[in-house]
Amino acid sequence: MDWLYILMPIAGVKIFWPGLIILGIGVGIIGGFFGMGGAWMVTPGLNILGFPMAFAIGTDIAHMAGKSLISTMRHGKFGNVDYKLGMIMLVGTIVGFEVGAQMVMWLERLGSVEKVVRLLYLVLLAFIAWMVFNDVAKKKRKDREAKAAGREVDPLSTGVEWHKTFHKIKIPPMIHLNVAGIYCSAWLPIGVSFLTGWLAGILGIGGGLIRMPALIYILGCPTHVAVGTDLFEVMISGLYGAATYTYKGRTELVAAIIMLVGASIGAQVGTVATKYIKGYGIRVAFGIAVIGCALSIILKLLPQYTSANKVVCDNISTVLVLGVVTALSAYIFVKMIQGAKAEVAAKKSAMAKQPA
Amino acid sequence: MKKLWVKFLGLITMAFVLAPKLVLAAGGGDVAPLVIVADTRKLSGIMAWWANMYNESHVEFTILTVILIPAIGLLFGVLADLVMSHIGIDLKHRELSEH
Repeated sequence: MDWLYILMPIAGVKIFWPGLIILGIGVGIIGGFFGMGGAWMVTPGLNILGFPMAFAIGTDIAHMAGKSLISTMRHGKFGNVDYKLGMIMLVGTIVGFEVGAQMVMWLERLGSVEKVVRLLYLVLLAFIAWMVFNDVAKKKRKDREAKAAGREVDPLSTGVEWHKTFHKIKIPPMIHLNVAGIYCSAWLPIGVSFLTGWLAGILGIGGGLIRMPALIYILGCPTHVAVGTDLFEVMISGLYGAATYTYKGRTELVAAIIMLVGASIGAQVGTVATKYIKGYGIRVAFGIAVIGCALSIILKLLPQYTSANKVVCDNISTVLVLGVVTALSAYIFVKMIQGAKAEVAAKKSAMAKQPA
Repeated sequence: MKKLWVKFLGLITMAFVLAPKLVLAAGGGDVAPLVIVADTRKLSGIMAWWANMYNESHVEFTILTVILIPAIGLLFGVLADLVMSHIGIDLKHRELSEH
């Protein structure tokens, strides 16, 4: 069974390459579907495959850049990427990220950085999960009320509508974001991107997990546009990250390419699945992913504050993360296949009905 | 469109200049100042060439990586596109709905 293992030329370790492809497919599906890089899923996966941690982050970013490029292209063709919004947000994200990173340095000097960061991350994830499920509950209630009153349910209606309040801010310059269908003050996307960039800088994450819900709930983007635009940002930061990590000698390109084989298939599946799963389906699945991420952090924190065994907690955390990845990607894959089957069948029946 | 591209390239350049910390972007942290040397003794062919390049010049290694990653991504993406189009999936349209 030696052929199933490949020697990594830089890291010098033998890796089970089908595992890299499977991991790539899983994170590709989830990344393309939710619009995030998904480092929180990849790192434990690479760890299990025996990948040295020194190379895990760089390799992850390198494959993420390629994967996001594929997903952004596909979302772009679906009309899900608001490039104008993406570019405006890029500025705020960069500045916010720098401020966040400086703040981490300041907290480091105070000696409380890790505790603050982990707690902040947990609070944030709990808030996002609450926001998503509260939104879903509100939307369901609205639909029920509409049906009870005999009205037609608006397919574009949403539960939480905080964005309407934010759109009342009329500080010039005002901008039209045509793809997202938003008319608002330019300061709103700049402010949102600064805030999400700042949080990402403090937490040391890419920010897709924060930016996607912020685009939906604060800016008022339709779910699909939020996913596509977020991926556009992940693509740019991923390319930059790949360059800088590789320059520092921390990228195992062979592994990144093998993962990319799986991720390119997964990214297409995840992106095309957004065609068949409507906005609220995406939001619910995203909420579940956020809960999985939060639970894995709680498990990492447990040994620090209780007498829980660190090895056991780490193992449970890894199993949990990989379980969430497997379950979500399987769900998305099945929905995509069902949707594609229905579409192809509809096309065939339409062709059969056409007069010869 | 040309204007849009000029703005886009300008922003990317700015990102490279202003955001050295963006490398943290995928859940990482600062990298420890540790020099890693690839062991090329067990390698042959393209793998040996690749590992040698890593040992000799990180700049060349980086340039090639940055070119290869999007190129390979693009290649696999287009291949997946072709397969999906062949199956009969419409890859250009979708309905916008929040249901």
